[in-house]
Amino acid sequence: MELAGLISYLIFFLTFVGIYGLLALGLNSQWGYTGMLNLGIAAFFAVGAYTTAIVTTAPTDLHAGGLDLPFPIGMAAAMVTSGLLALGIGLITVNLRADYLAIASIGIAEIVRLVLKNATEVTNGVRGLPSIPRPLTDLWPGYGEALYLLIVLLLVVVVYLASERAYRAPWGRVLRAIREREPAARAMGKNATLFRLQAFVFGASIMGLGGAAYAHFVGFISPEAFDPLFATFLVWVMLIVGGSGNNRGALIGAAVVWLIWTLTETAVQQLPENMVTQAAALRTLLIGLFLQAVLILRPRGILPERPPTEVAPPAK
Amino acid sequence: MLVDILQLTLYGIVLGSIIALGAIGVSLTFGILGFANFSHGDLMTSGAYIAFTVYTLLALPLWLAFPAGMLGAMAVALAIDWAFYSRLRRSKGLILLISSFGAALIIRSLVQIVWGPDNQVYEPGIQMAVRFGEDIVGSPGLRIKPDQVRILIGAAVLVSAVHVFLRYTRMGKAMRAMADNPDLARLTGIDTKRVIVWTWVIGAGLAGAAGVFLGLDTRLHPDMGWFILLPIFAATILGGIGRPYGAIAGGLVIGIAQELSTLQIPPDYEPLVNPAYKPAVAFAIMVLMLILRPTGLFSGRST
Amino acid sequence: MALLEVDAVTGGYGEADILHDVSLRVEEGEVVAIVGPNGAGKSTAMKAVFGLVTIRQGQIRFRGEDVTGLSPDRVVRRGISYVPQTDNIFPSLSVDENLDMGAFLRRDGIAAQKAHVYDLFPPLQAKRRQPAGTLSGGQRQMVAMGRALMLEPGLLLLDEPTAGLSPKFMDQIFDIVRTVHASGVGILMVEQNAKQALALADRGYVLAMGRNRYEDRGQALLQNSEVAEMFLGG
Repeated sequence: MELAGLISYLIFFLTFVGIYGLLALGLNSQWGYTGMLNLGIAAFFAVGAYTTAIVTTAPTDLHAGGLDLPFPIGMAAAMVTSGLLALGIGLITVNLRADYLAIASIGIAEIVRLVLKNATEVTNGVRGLPSIPRPLTDLWPGYGEALYLLIVLLLVVVVYLASERAYRAPWGRVLRAIREREPAARAMGKNATLFRLQAFVFGASIMGLGGAAYAHFVGFISPEAFDPLFATFLVWVMLIVGGSGNNRGALIGAAVVWLIWTLTETAVQQLPENMVTQAAALRTLLIGLFLQAVLILRPRGILPERPPTEVAPPAK
Repeated sequence: MLVDILQLTLYGIVLGSIIALGAIGVSLTFGILGFANFSHGDLMTSGAYIAFTVYTLLALPLWLAFPAGMLGAMAVALAIDWAFYSRLRRSKGLILLISSFGAALIIRSLVQIVWGPDNQVYEPGIQMAVRFGEDIVGSPGLRIKPDQVRILIGAAVLVSAVHVFLRYTRMGKAMRAMADNPDLARLTGIDTKRVIVWTWVIGAGLAGAAGVFLGLDTRLHPDMGWFILLPIFAATILGGIGRPYGAIAGGLVIGIAQELSTLQIPPDYEPLVNPAYKPAVAFAIMVLMLILRPTGLFSGRST
Repeated sequence: MALLEVDAVTGGYGEADILHDVSLRVEEGEVVAIVGPNGAGKSTAMKAVFGLVTIRQGQIRFRGEDVTGLSPDRVVRRGISYVPQTDNIFPSLSVDENLDMGAFLRRDGIAAQKAHVYDLFPPLQAKRRQPAGTLSGGQRQMVAMGRALMLEPGLLLLDEPTAGLSPKFMDQIFDIVRTVHASGVGILMVEQNAKQALALADRGYVLAMGRNRYEDRGQALLQNSEVAEMFLGG
């Protein structure tokens, strides 16, 4: 394969790793930090993507918005809307047992998907939203992809640093205590709700950011793109494989699993012609089996969580 | 308009029966095995498709294909439990939940690989509905399809059988005991491994039946079970976890609510809820329950 | 050979040890009480017998056979029944069904043993079809104990049977313990209510900080001034 083609592919690959990295970091803020089991990642992913699309595309009859605003505003709006959605859901579910939250989050994802498909004046339904602009395309002609990769990587770095900061700060310690249900945390009562809500909303807005990054990269979005497999399950596999409870694990998991996911595509293409139409199903099967293997054999992941050494004396 | 309400209620009871069959299984696995089984919908799908193969390819009559579907779903559930859940028994319920999410995708992709992604039906063509009750409710009376009658009868028979099993057999009582208090069950000497096997047999058997019914009432599609999973969970929560009887009531409530939500008042206007959003009705009811009474209408276990 | 011998047992849950070198003994048909301050490891000592605790050192023998570290479902087959402090009934099952579950491991003689249990606990007769969760605290304890007796155990483990009960029911429970004792079953009982427990027990052990402190006949411990000062309070 030609070098230019290889580099181009690598850029494409790494950009997706970056986007999924954002999603995984967001999920870690929810599951890793507070043990909230969010199976509706797709909802926040989609809301972020559609928000930025509506905000940044040119005026059109196909869908709502078309405000033609610049890229950073689209990103910010994406974070705000997904954060608000999370706030709404969180207020209802934050103190529920984790499996109820899981069910409720699946419900949200389904509702969001239904709305995206059916509120056609706003979203153009199943036909999707085209022509989402790529930022800074004039800045470096011919190298637009590489530039966009840099933007995504920058976002990942910023989010990673912010998340790590929060994790090591007292805020993070409180969250870990709440997650482990330590008596000291329980004594805080109401405040525990606030902390978990914060982590949940924070994580969701990062997922929204990931959605926005996706929208601007691919240029076209439709409800199909936010299928539970790609948008939710894959992110979970990434977090579990990488090591839940820690941000580095989230990023490593994103890279490793996206690599495996890409390899399944190659593997499936080796099959005889008549089976290739089932490619998607075969890849789903493989990644599903892969997750089970990880859960059974190495549930702590590649990088198990190592909380920073506690300075305070252990709670009595 | 009374006729419309009654008609929609009738449809709701049919749909609710299907949901109830699924919810009983989810309630039992939730209560006894300790996790929300996200692959339950796909157990329904596998039952529907296995029955489909027996019916169309082997050309056996429906009354044989139906139990084949149930047995098939049981086999799938036991295989999944052996392959995955049994190795995760010591893990927290949330790990099992994630595993069941993976199992759901595995089953669904296998169904798609074997049977293809397109819609299938047991019988081609549209079945004619039968009119009845014109004298009681006035013209034009109520409509029901023969398949729907079969579904209602089948569901009633299955639910009665489960009731007898849970109430009067030793294993049934052991299952109820384990759903009530799994730790005490172990301390008492109840054979928890056998109870787990029976839980899958009953839960998956009912799921398989529900899948066939769903396929009869609508059509077969690899996603069919997944789409009905949310109403099933809503029904389970409504009835209370570990409360199979509550699940029946929950299923009927959800089914009727979903159908009634499309009522048009008055007849020319838009339906109350756009039919495309019917699952949202189930979800709204569930959220209401979670806020007001998370233990369910019949006080199942909560935290 | 004693009915139950706990021989220098050290263990706990997970990493930390709660019991250190704890020994105790129950003879056939005896009532033995374990008392002590909060956190003394009383319940843990009892749970160790039933296989609910990780044992790192020592041995537990029942009728001479080594039962150390056996899982609870094996222990119950040997003839030891355990009544936990809380969550000790199946609330949605009827009283009768609770007893049926107690007899799960039996194939025969269930009806006879049930009749015996109803004789022991007359108030339950009228409530046999009622869901156990709807009964009063005292009656629930009866169901819990009745359930444990269905297997006709040689040894009954009672974990704080009067916890959370009003004084009237406390007396009732102690009466029941006497009745069960009279039928020949050995009883090992952990109790917060040290005075009444020691008064009714044949022998007692006082544990503190996971170790043996005192062992004597029940009455003797009651009259021991050091014990009274330390644990019996008022």
